[in-house]
Amino acid sequence: MTTLRGKVAIVGAADTEVGIVPNIGATDLCVRAALSAMRDAGINKDQIDGLITCDSMAEPIMYHAEAIAEYLQIFPRYCMSVGTGGGTTFSIMHHAASAIATGMADTILIAMADSLRSGLTREQAMLMQSSTGHPQFEQPYGPTVPAYYALIGQAHAAKYGTTAEHLASVAVACRKHAALNPTAQMREPITVEDVITSRMIANPLHLLDCSLVSDGGSAVILTSAERAKDFAQRPVYMLGVGEGHGHEHISQAQSLTTSAAVESGQRAYQMAGLTAADMDFAQLYDCFTPTVIVELEDLGFCAKGEGGPFAASGAIELGGSLPINTHGGMLSHCHPGNPGSMFALTESVFQLRGSVAPERQVKGAEVAMVHAQGGIMSSHTSLILGNEVN
Amino acid sequence: MEKILPPINAISQPYWDGCQQGVLRVQRCITCGHLQLYPRIFCTQCAGEDLDWIDVSGKGTIASYTVVTRGISKAYSAPYVVSLIDLDEGPRMMSSIVDSDGTGLEVGMSVEVAFEPWSETIMMPVFKLL
Repeated sequence: MTTLRGKVAIVGAADTEVGIVPNIGATDLCVRAALSAMRDAGINKDQIDGLITCDSMAEPIMYHAEAIAEYLQIFPRYCMSVGTGGGTTFSIMHHAASAIATGMADTILIAMADSLRSGLTREQAMLMQSSTGHPQFEQPYGPTVPAYYALIGQAHAAKYGTTAEHLASVAVACRKHAALNPTAQMREPITVEDVITSRMIANPLHLLDCSLVSDGGSAVILTSAERAKDFAQRPVYMLGVGEGHGHEHISQAQSLTTSAAVESGQRAYQMAGLTAADMDFAQLYDCFTPTVIVELEDLGFCAKGEGGPFAASGAIELGGSLPINTHGGMLSHCHPGNPGSMFALTESVFQLRGSVAPERQVKGAEVAMVHAQGGIMSSHTSLILGNEVN
Repeated sequence: MEKILPPINAISQPYWDGCQQGVLRVQRCITCGHLQLYPRIFCTQCAGEDLDWIDVSGKGTIASYTVVTRGISKAYSAPYVVSLIDLDEGPRMMSSIVDSDGTGLEVGMSVEVAFEPWSETIMMPVFKLL
């Protein structure tokens, strides 16, 4: 089997304005992200021959990628839309890399946007997202999305002694990074005390343990490593990718405290020939703070059960041994639903290009772990990106 | 606004019939004896397709729980407890714990099923602390 290691590179990356973006719908936001990524890559739309999008909740379109291609008036030979939550964003990268490696397309645009904040009412957004639950055996009990993740947080606390302060340290680190990032939705610094005294949503999750509800779009352009040398920007190479799929419904999870991030991470590390210790920073899916604790453990950044103390040690802040979510994450930068982890991807590209503002640049950043999951810790994809192939 | 009612289908009908009769049931594989919830058209352990239902004790322990303080809709009056219950016979299920506002709940506590009328055709299995 041929490996995808170093075969493809990200040559364009861009975000739209994020947060509360009321005067533009999700479809237009998606196209705006796409145009910005093409501008960043220094190419015009006729050079795109592959397109991947995800559907929007605020403006659902049955044939989403086809509709975006039509809007752009591009005529790709590879066109696919995917809409299965946070993990999709990176499993799409896996598919796109494979499509390039096998010649299905040369240059693929991945564009995603949604308007959860301005395009849906609060009740619509809550019901739509919680419909991830089993219609007969979960949803009737009224679990909200925070409740599903609270079940994981509570189980982790019971098994490993993870405290509210441990969880809060994740939110504090993300906010600290967002405070340095002018594009982030929430930039006012917070303390552990602020988090644990914020309103309880579903214990152990306080309001500030929960990610934002946002509008926003983001896009990247992927091409072969060979072709990448001809583009305007310094290429960021995909060195490893791996997926792990454990369940869909939380009541069916094989473990509440260990996730399929173990498998996705191992597969990505193996392809890259690297280990957790090699990572200069990590972007870890942070829909809720316990998610990050579990990912820190399952991706090998600390021992199982020690995610809480590891996070609280300051290791995950800029200047620490493993800065995470350097843009502010979904906890503080933005979270427009399915596209949520795209912003972790574009941020990783900017960090690995060395193009972010000096005060928030990870010094000497060469390789990064970028991880997302969808459902309720259900489907995981780990990417390892680097600014050199070797 | 109404609570979310389960959309019963042919495969799950015996489960909900059991609830109407005040018994909790799980699906059993006739070939290998594996017990499973939610019900399926085959056994996830041996792939056998001969399945029936058995009544279980209705007793179990709390695998995890949360007190939802911001309810999903007006039909659900917060605070309410959402829990994962490990039935003594093995399968895990989501449910609520109804005689508790969450104070003093702990993972590992023993619980027992009860049934609440949610509609003319739905008796909902919920749990109470033992």
